[in-house]
Amino acid sequence: MTDDTVLDIRNLSKAYHVRRGGKNHEVRAVDDISLAVRAGETLGIVGESGCGKSSLARAVMGLTRADGGKVIHDGVDLLTLDRRSLARARLRIRMVFQDPYASLDPRRSVGDSVAEAGDIHGIFESSAERKRLVGEALDRVGLGAGFADRFPHELSGGQRQRVGIARAILPEPELVIADEPVSALDVSIQAQVLNLLAELKNRLGLTLLFISHDLSVVAKISDRVAVLYMGRVVEIAPARPLFRDPRHPYTELLIQAIPRPDPSTRITGAIEPDEPPSRFARLAGCPFRDRCPRRTEICATDAPELREIEPGRFVSCHHA
Amino acid sequence: MTGAHTTDPILSVSDLVVAVAGRIKIVRGVSFDIAPGEILGLVGESGCGKSMTSLAAMGLLPPAIGVTKGRILLGGTDITRLAPHERVDRGCGRIAMIFQEPMTSLNPVLRIGDQIEEAIRVHDPDVVPAVRARELLDMVRIPDAAHQLSAFPHELSGGMRQRVMIAIALACRPSVLIADEPTTALDVTVQRQVLGLIRELCDTLDMGVLFITHDLGVVAQLADRVAVMYAGGLVETGDVVPLFAAPLHPYTAGLMGCLPDPDSDDPLLATIPGSAPRPDEVGDGCPFAPRCPRVADICRRGAVPVRHTDTGQAVRCHFPLNGEAST
Repeated sequence: MTDDTVLDIRNLSKAYHVRRGGKNHEVRAVDDISLAVRAGETLGIVGESGCGKSSLARAVMGLTRADGGKVIHDGVDLLTLDRRSLARARLRIRMVFQDPYASLDPRRSVGDSVAEAGDIHGIFESSAERKRLVGEALDRVGLGAGFADRFPHELSGGQRQRVGIARAILPEPELVIADEPVSALDVSIQAQVLNLLAELKNRLGLTLLFISHDLSVVAKISDRVAVLYMGRVVEIAPARPLFRDPRHPYTELLIQAIPRPDPSTRITGAIEPDEPPSRFARLAGCPFRDRCPRRTEICATDAPELREIEPGRFVSCHHA
Repeated sequence: MTGAHTTDPILSVSDLVVAVAGRIKIVRGVSFDIAPGEILGLVGESGCGKSMTSLAAMGLLPPAIGVTKGRILLGGTDITRLAPHERVDRGCGRIAMIFQEPMTSLNPVLRIGDQIEEAIRVHDPDVVPAVRARELLDMVRIPDAAHQLSAFPHELSGGMRQRVMIAIALACRPSVLIADEPTTALDVTVQRQVLGLIRELCDTLDMGVLFITHDLGVVAQLADRVAVMYAGGLVETGDVVPLFAAPLHPYTAGLMGCLPDPDSDDPLLATIPGSAPRPDEVGDGCPFAPRCPRVADICRRGAVPVRHTDTGQAVRCHFPLNGEAST
């Protein structure tokens, strides 16, 4: 951890207990993850469904109770805070969700939704100030103060996500955690919202934790990227080097699988199915080993540690 | 906008119009052909009418939505106004369809084998269902077929469920497969595998495939020909290589520009300003005019003619990007 760390996630773990086929299974959604988010950066978290990226965000925000670890912000472990103090901390760390349809109350006006956190914590000194700050937040996301009196059903998906962003930035947070913020949007709208996030980050001096399944989106918007597989971080690197020269075989697989708008790399025929193992099975060794072209004996017995192979590049692979 | 073919098309859609309550047009004069063994990628954003086009071809339009104009020919036979049950045994071939979310198409309380065999009994009475079911699972490359036949849908991964749906679709020995965003709910690594399977089945069974997607990357790597749809109409069609090398319609070019390219130095993405019109907002002129960087007065007046190029592309635009397209 360096001095400019805004959020220091240490050894965070979260398991879910699932009953399937008459047996209890433990799914380690977040398995001993450590990450330091630096002031002013965009840290991308990427991985496929079930890799633990959303559980990580929820555990950090206290939306689900972590089993172990620390989440340190401003010198305080958020996981030890009582409800009241946690709620105050959440004014400094705000979240933007995937589904702008589900995350806005259909019966509340846009202005009331944007003002909600401010209302709860009494940050507005007068109704005139409330109106001014809501209008300002709506201006910043490109909607304009006039949207305050509208209702979610009157808005398009892109406009709703802008409202979600306005709601996040109103209390002037330090850190915004965006969980799949553009996944539900059409490509042309997705580009608009990504640009908005990048612009707000610069203008407001935000730090952004950007979570997505889409590596090309993550690589575009992020300064650094952490790749998750089965609840663990398998690689962390600056975005472009990671995309150009992945060091973990899973990152490589992920990059190769991205559909590129380039007909010179054609899909020619079927290959045998190759899918992640069941999350119910507890594997010793490396979680990726069954799918890995580089696997050797050690991969079956020893779980690789995340180690720094070059300044700023971390990989958890015995053969990186 | 029909492309040139060396073989007769297996599916031919011409000037198709689909409307809600006979008034609001949600598909506006769409035409395309698909040859056996060919994948046509129909690409567009949500609400552009791509799914309604495919449901019209399947005869599965919801109540109050109907075909008001145009023809759908399957193996040369007009099936435009036939209900699905009237299409069986006309000797013109069959259309099968797979959807985005296989879990909503599978019955959660029936074993996989029973669901495949049910489709076999309906369409293929002369075979032994259990034997054919095993064969179909092999065709979609589900490993350990005998064991998987007794599994329930929830016991399979999303990728395996989509393979089961493809097996059920193949049970009727279709000559055309319509795939509506079949890999959108899957992870990228699994998506790649299912796309490879669709390509292989298209080639080996000589099926025509109408592949509907919002993902230009998938289209580029999988489709032989591409049709780009916007606000109910096709704006551009062409072979995949020339179309991606030099898109002619400003919307096609705009969509390509919106894709994040991690190798580019520009921190910002290109965008298309505004959003697509609702079907009741589309007037007579070009529906893309309000968002178009090349718009002129003529674009807002009357229908836009289709222009063809020597590369086989067709574009519905007064000011296509290469400037050389002839009428």
